[in-house]
Amino acid sequence: MAEVKKIKKGLDICLYGKASDNVVSDTASELFAVCPDDYPGYVWKLCVQVGDSVLKGGPLMHDKNKRQIFMCSPVSGVVTEIIRGERRKIEAVVIKSDGSTHEKEFKTPQSCQDLIDLLCQSGLWAMMRQRPYDIIPDPDVRPRDIFVTAFDSAPLAPEMISSSDHGVLEEGLKALRSLTDGKVYLGVKFGSGISSSAAIVTEFVGPHPAGNVGVQIANISPVNKGDVVWCLDARTVCRIGRLLSENTLDMTTTIALTGELVDNPHMIKTSIGAAIPTLIGGQLSSKAVNPRVISGNVLTGVKVSRESGFLRYPYRQITVINEGDSADEFMGWASLNPLKYSVKRTFPAFLRGLAKPFRFDARLLGGRRAMIVSGEYDKVFPMDIYPEYLIKAILTFNIDRMEQLGIYEVAPEDFALAEFVDTSKLELQKIVREGLERLRKELS
Amino acid sequence: MKSLKRKIDALKPHFEKGGKLEKLHSVYDGFYTFLFTPNETSSSGVHIHDANDSKRTMITVVIALIPCLLFGIYNIGYQHAMATGADMAFLQMIWYGLLKALPQIVVAYAVGLGIEFIAAQIRGHEIQEGFLVSGILIPMICPIDTPLWMIAVAVAFAVIFAKEVFGGTGYNFLNIALVTRAFLFFAYPSKMSGDGVFVSLGDAATVDAYSGATPLGQIASSTDGGVQLLNVAGEPLTFWDTFIGLIPGSWGETSTLFILVGAAILLLTGIASWRIMTSAVVGGLVMSAVAHYFATPLYPATLIDPVQQLCLGGFAFAVVFMATDPVTACRTNVGKYIYGFMIGVMAIVIRCYNTGYPEGAMLAVLLMNCFAPLIDYCVVEVNIRRRLARTKANV
Repeated sequence: MAEVKKIKKGLDICLYGKASDNVVSDTASELFAVCPDDYPGYVWKLCVQVGDSVLKGGPLMHDKNKRQIFMCSPVSGVVTEIIRGERRKIEAVVIKSDGSTHEKEFKTPQSCQDLIDLLCQSGLWAMMRQRPYDIIPDPDVRPRDIFVTAFDSAPLAPEMISSSDHGVLEEGLKALRSLTDGKVYLGVKFGSGISSSAAIVTEFVGPHPAGNVGVQIANISPVNKGDVVWCLDARTVCRIGRLLSENTLDMTTTIALTGELVDNPHMIKTSIGAAIPTLIGGQLSSKAVNPRVISGNVLTGVKVSRESGFLRYPYRQITVINEGDSADEFMGWASLNPLKYSVKRTFPAFLRGLAKPFRFDARLLGGRRAMIVSGEYDKVFPMDIYPEYLIKAILTFNIDRMEQLGIYEVAPEDFALAEFVDTSKLELQKIVREGLERLRKELS
Repeated sequence: MKSLKRKIDALKPHFEKGGKLEKLHSVYDGFYTFLFTPNETSSSGVHIHDANDSKRTMITVVIALIPCLLFGIYNIGYQHAMATGADMAFLQMIWYGLLKALPQIVVAYAVGLGIEFIAAQIRGHEIQEGFLVSGILIPMICPIDTPLWMIAVAVAFAVIFAKEVFGGTGYNFLNIALVTRAFLFFAYPSKMSGDGVFVSLGDAATVDAYSGATPLGQIASSTDGGVQLLNVAGEPLTFWDTFIGLIPGSWGETSTLFILVGAAILLLTGIASWRIMTSAVVGGLVMSAVAHYFATPLYPATLIDPVQQLCLGGFAFAVVFMATDPVTACRTNVGKYIYGFMIGVMAIVIRCYNTGYPEGAMLAVLLMNCFAPLIDYCVVEVNIRRRLARTKANV
């Protein structure tokens, strides 16, 4: 029997536009992109130029120092554009698919080192994360444990794996076991029926962020100073399993097209990095005057361009909501509108019931302030950490204090709900990300 | 609304950098965000936000104060009528109270918000709403005859030296309203305590049996060990008079009944911490019970029974509206229990055993404001030790 853990703190935000189970295959996408920003912790150097042909799984970029770590092409085709931002920073490598299924061949690994090399070459390594710092792991460090989450509890998130994936998941977990001297943990949703002999399965009951791997780690075996653990989602583990058992690199992904501005929210089977315009096609509602297209969920996703954006990694979801920047709401602070969502009972929304869907736009709905109200973050932060104090330590960049308060256990996504409920509208995820980056540079 | 918005938008260039009224930018911004919810959308992190903001939070506290405020205004007139023997109708009492209370409120807001606007302008920040609450609290905890200039001086002192020098709302460690009150109390003691300040007499003559002493004042000065409380006209007071609040005192804080209404609003909306309120009441009850058990005529306040203790003076008001100020209270849940309990205990200790001092709620809250960071530090330290022990166990 799997151990069951109850997560009490947290919040399920209910939005309009949940995707139906109806899956449509995306045949229209031609352009795909890989964005280095989605793969934090390394300095990426190009190994292709515009006009080069690449195979699916062929290398696009490698790390400046650890040259064996690659980011790979999700499709076979031709590099058509390298988008650069300020100071020539690479923002995306765009590949035009040739529609073929040609893919790079990989050798079957014989040893543990072979397996690591294979993962690095196939680009799957770059899909893993480690704690501390929430970055791609270092292949030279053996992790204490490996944690895999098999469900996404974020608003409107789709199922992470289907029952047909259980076989390859098990293969992947077996492979992971050889990469650690510790244990491999698999966190699943209560009642999902996923079992494994290769990993220790823990069932989680409770609201978001129960699916966040950081929350699962904190409730199973927290990260201590000096520890390194790896974090994966079950999707990546399935890809590893498929690569090993079927010798094919699985770059497909089934995403959910969600949000109140989507006419028929549904699932789309496509590949990583697909272009947004073809994915949302003519699905936007006629009410969408100024939509905000988010690759990912409303809490941690990335705002992308409706015309030229790409599906970002690791998201399996597109959410479209109103930007709302022309709302001109008169005395919004005095509103008695029960349709305005608030977890606080200062608004009458609680009388309507927060389990019913609400409409949201992207406004902050208030001005930025110093931290005033206490205990807000705690209610949505199911870890043995004082989030307010940790944020203050990060803001003052007090390294000792950050270590003492548990900076190594957290990732920006763990603060997403706290940022949502924050009365002072502070940019907590940004603060945490910048703090982690600075800390890593300081200590390396 | 669209046309109003257009008109206000048209004024904007004057207040921006280089405009004629550049120096009033913070004022413009303050009024603009008051009228229209800012349309700023999120640029990083979460894409949606909870509708609650600091304006809503502060306004909720002000709403919770309104029952006490209205009753206080009525009670000013009621005490005046009783003390002078004047035959006043209900509305006349309210009118009398309003004329007395309104100038105090206006002065407190004008001075405090004025300083806030200037501070925001200097720092280039938005106006912060903290003073919306402090501004109404300050007159309510002052005697009704406090001269307006004193209120102005005290508010200026508190806002500048207890808040702005620390960085503004959210950075102060002492409750602004109580710093104002403490400043008045220590700078102008003759106007802040004694028998002559809590009832507004105007120029009218008093009835023969008149005494303006508050119940706690009567207790503190009693020498015969008896605790028969009297109202301003010399008639006996019942428990219900003190509960409803028809007694002299700082004009906004006499009515336990309406303070409870305010408490209900704060707790239902979840703005104030129930942990602090509950533990402060428990602390007050425990300490009053202990004091009452060892009652002695040497310390006459120990003779009052514990439940009545909580209805007298500023205790209830301090517990509900002062102790729960999130900026100056403890921020950890465990800390809140300790903080609240100690406020309850200290308020009664000062009230009972410091005979020079009829009421202790203000000092108890200020004292615990000072200790709140230490309590939190200890609570957080436990968490840190736990983390350290975990690390060591793994090595």
